[in-house]
Amino acid sequence: MNRTAKRILTSALLALTSIPGMAQSTTPDMADAMRANGKIYVVVAVCLTILLGLIAYVFAIDRKISKLEKEQP
Amino acid sequence: MFNASLYPNFAALNILYHNVRKIWWKILSLLLLVYTVTGGLLMDVPRLFILNESIRNLYFHVCMWFAMMILFGISIFHSIRYLLSNNLRFDINARQYAAVGSVLGLLGYITGAIWANYTWKTDQSQSLASILKEPKLIGAAIALLIYGAYFVLRGSFTDIDKKARVSAVYNIFAFAMLFPSIWIIPRLVGSLHPGAPGSDSGNPALNFKDIDSRLRIVFYPAVIGWTLLGVWITTLKIRLQLLKDKSLIHE
Repeated sequence: MNRTAKRILTSALLALTSIPGMAQSTTPDMADAMRANGKIYVVVAVCLTILLGLIAYVFAIDRKISKLEKEQP
Repeated sequence: MFNASLYPNFAALNILYHNVRKIWWKILSLLLLVYTVTGGLLMDVPRLFILNESIRNLYFHVCMWFAMMILFGISIFHSIRYLLSNNLRFDINARQYAAVGSVLGLLGYITGAIWANYTWKTDQSQSLASILKEPKLIGAAIALLIYGAYFVLRGSFTDIDKKARVSAVYNIFAFAMLFPSIWIIPRLVGSLHPGAPGSDSGNPALNFKDIDSRLRIVFYPAVIGWTLLGVWITTLKIRLQLLKDKSLIHE
């Protein structure tokens, strides 16, 4: 196979590989794979832990201030 | 209504009942935020180009600005009450609501910058220069800086009554400046942010035709949840300040 033929073949292969890419762009990409394998629940668990931790902290400060208010004459 | 005091054997229940009556809105805030994170990440959203999954930022980024506007609104309300009554308690309220509102505004600004980095810069190949010229960003920065000046102004007085009076008047100006800088000017001149002319959405997040119902069932509870959390933190700051300033306020 000569050089020109190789070049044409490579270009054709590259052109072919770009087809799936073009097909994908007809519908918006969403994180469907993440939902399919269930890993999104890990993210939800992490976010909920942080949220609950922060709110528990605010609650603790709330109680501390209540105690201070009671101590004041 | 259930009256626990009729049942003397349930003293513990009585205490619980009275506590719940006082803190029900804090529990509501917690429940709404748990729903926001869970529903916000898991429930169905419209499939859109450029935005993709990042549309879920509506429940977080947009809510920061909504909560900020509400807290600034409460702040100006207390400033006006101070000017009408000269009661320093209202001055403390106004200051703390403005402080927590500014924090939420700053969070809204940072989250907006992160969002814009992916939806404006990467996906629409906007240059950094065109994003830095973005009127919504400049307007929001001006609005936050005006509120920053409110705290500088407060810090520069030694006379407590003068501080309260001048900063209450300034607070009214600061609130009034929010409208042209954040809401009006970015919509008159072009902007990549939703709501600008050419972006085919008149009033983002509020327009019923514009925002999908799948988004609204999470978005509205999210706004209430984040706002209540902001109010909760503010009440803590107010109570601390009242403990500190007990000698100043005669009640």
